Amino acid sequence: MSAKTTLAADYRRLMLHRMIWLGLMFCVLVFIVMLNVSIGPAKLSFGQIVTGVFNSSSLTDNENLILWQLRLPYALMAVCVGACLGLAGAEMQTVLNNPLASPTTLGVMHAATFGASLAIVFKFIPFGLPENYVVPFCAFTGAIGAVLFIQYFSKRFGATVDTVILVGIAMFFALEAMISLIQFVADSDSLQQMVFWTMGSLARATWEKVGIVFLVFAICLPFSIRQVWKMTALRGGEEYAKSFGVSVERLRLIVLFRVSVMTAVAVAFTGVIGFVGLVGPHISRLAFGEDHRFYLPGAALAGAFILAGASILSKTIVPGILIPDGIVTALIGIPLFLGLLINQKRRGK
Amino acid sequence: MSVLHIQDMTLSYGAKTVLSDIDLPEIQGGTMVGVLGPNGVGKSTFMRALAGVGDYSGRVFLDGENVEEMTYLQRSGLIGYLPQTLPQGTSLVAYEAVLSACRAVRPDLSASVVEDMVEEVFDVLGIRHLAFHALSKLSGGQRQMVGLAQVIVRKPSLLLLDEPTSALDLRWQLGVFDVVKSLVKQRNGICLMPIHDINLALRHCDQILLFSRGGILAYGPPEAAMTEENLRIAYRVEGRVETCSQGKPYVIAETALPFSE
Repeated sequence: MSAKTTLAADYRRLMLHRMIWLGLMFCVLVFIVMLNVSIGPAKLSFGQIVTGVFNSSSLTDNENLILWQLRLPYALMAVCVGACLGLAGAEMQTVLNNPLASPTTLGVMHAATFGASLAIVFKFIPFGLPENYVVPFCAFTGAIGAVLFIQYFSKRFGATVDTVILVGIAMFFALEAMISLIQFVADSDSLQQMVFWTMGSLARATWEKVGIVFLVFAICLPFSIRQVWKMTALRGGEEYAKSFGVSVERLRLIVLFRVSVMTAVAVAFTGVIGFVGLVGPHISRLAFGEDHRFYLPGAALAGAFILAGASILSKTIVPGILIPDGIVTALIGIPLFLGLLINQKRRGK
Repeated sequence: MSVLHIQDMTLSYGAKTVLSDIDLPEIQGGTMVGVLGPNGVGKSTFMRALAGVGDYSGRVFLDGENVEEMTYLQRSGLIGYLPQTLPQGTSLVAYEAVLSACRAVRPDLSASVVEDMVEEVFDVLGIRHLAFHALSKLSGGQRQMVGLAQVIVRKPSLLLLDEPTSALDLRWQLGVFDVVKSLVKQRNGICLMPIHDINLALRHCDQILLFSRGGILAYGPPEAAMTEENLRIAYRVEGRVETCSQGKPYVIAETALPFSE
C-alpha cells in the first residue's frame, strides 16, 4: 500500500473485487438454472431450452408444457427457496452472534412440520382452501405461531441471545415430541406423507408458489438492506454496537421476525430443507467477509446456488427418480462446506 | 465547551445497590478524569449508566441537557463509550468495523464525510497498517485499538473509556493517552476513564474520582485525591505516595492488608 492512496480508495478496490465475484456467482447461478431446466427424462437439449425460453413457438406443445409447467418452476423454486434460506441463515447468525445458527435453530422448521403434520394426519381443510395449499398453509401457520411465541417471550424477558436461543431450543424439543406423538397416532399412509414432507422436495413447485416465495423474498430484502450497517456493526460485538447507540434487542426481534417469515414461506411449500441456511452464510463469509452489503447478497446467492445444484443432482443420481432435495442438499453441501473450510485452514486465513 | 454534571446518582446491579449518592461538582470541558477504585466497586456500571446502556437513578446533564431525555441519535453524537470487553474477533476487517460503527448510527452524514472521518482516526491512532486485517487475526491489543477507533471516529464530546489500555503494551498505552488528551483539549471535551494502573491515571489525568465502599471516597486533583490513607481505605493496601522528579504523585504499593478491619 503506497502512502499516497487513501484507505477509502483501497477499500473501494476491495469492494470492486467483491462485486465482481458476486457478479460471477450470479452468472454461474444462471448457468446452473439453465442446466437444471435442460435435465430431465424428456430429452431436450440445452440449445432447445435456451431458444424455447425466448421463443416458445420453437417447441412442440408437449415440450412447451414440460419446459413451462414442470422444469422452469422447479428450477426457479430451487433458486427462490435457496435464496430465502441463505439470507435468513445469514441474518440469523449475525443477530444470534453464533455461526451455528440457521433458520432451523429456533424451531421454525419444526413448527412448520408440526403444522403440516396436523394437516396431513387429521385432514382438516381450513377456510375451504384448495387442496394443494392446505399443507403449506398449515405449515406456515405453525411456523408463524412459533415465531410469535418466541417474540412474545423475548419481549417480556429481554431479547438477549441466551433467552432467545433457550426459548427456541425448548420449543424445538417440545415440537419434536408433539410431531412424534402425531406420527404415533397416524395411519401408515399419512405417516409416509409426513416423512416425505420432512425430507424436503421441490417437486410440488408451481408458478404460483414460486411467485409467492419470490415476492416474500423481494419484500424482505429491502428491509435487510436498510439495516446492513447496524448488522455489520453488531459483528464487532453486542456491547460495542450498543455503545454506539444501536438498539440491539430491538434489532434482534425485528430481524428474527423477518427471517422467520421468510423461512416459513420457503419451507411451507417444500418441506424441511435445513442445510442451506447453515452453509450458505459460511460460504458467503469465506468469500466476502462480513460487510453485510456483500455478506447478505452473497449468502442468498450461495443458498440459491446450493439448492439449485442439489436439485440437479436429485434428478440425475438415479435417472427417472427424484430423490428428495432435502437429502441431496445435505449430501452435497457437507463435502462442499468441509472442502472450503479445510482449504481456508490450509491457507491459514 | 462541554459541561458534565452528575447529581444524586444511584447505581444498582440487579437488586444490589452498587454505588449511591454520586454527586459531583460540574466537570468542565478539557478535563480528563481517572476513575479509580478496587475490583467490583462499580466503575464499569458507572460508565455504562453514563453511556445510556445501563439503568440508574438520579440526573446526568451534558451541556445542560438531561442525558436520559436524549434520543439515540443525539446521544451517539455526543457520547462515545468504549466497553471493557475487546471487540469480537470476527472476519470483519478493521476498516469495516470502524466504518460501520459510524454509519450505523449516523445516517445523517454522507458517505464521503464518514470516509474522511475514518481515514483520520486510523492516522491519529497510528493503526493504518491494520486497516485491512480481519479482527480475528489481530492481537488483543490491536483489537483494543480498533475498538477505540470505533468510539473516537464520531468525535464525541464526552468520552467514556472503560480501561482502554488494559491489553496494550507501554508504548501503545502512552500513545492512547496522548491521542485522548489531545482530543479532549482540542474539542474541549471530557473524558472519564476507569483504569487499574493507578500511576498511569495520576500522571495523565487532571482529576481523580476514587470510589470505595459504595460511594465516592475522593474527587479532586491527583495529589489531593490519592493519599496513603485513601489507598488503605479503597484498595486495602499499605503503601507510599511519593512525588516523582516532575512533581507528579507516584504510588508504591507495599503490603496487602486483610479485608476485615
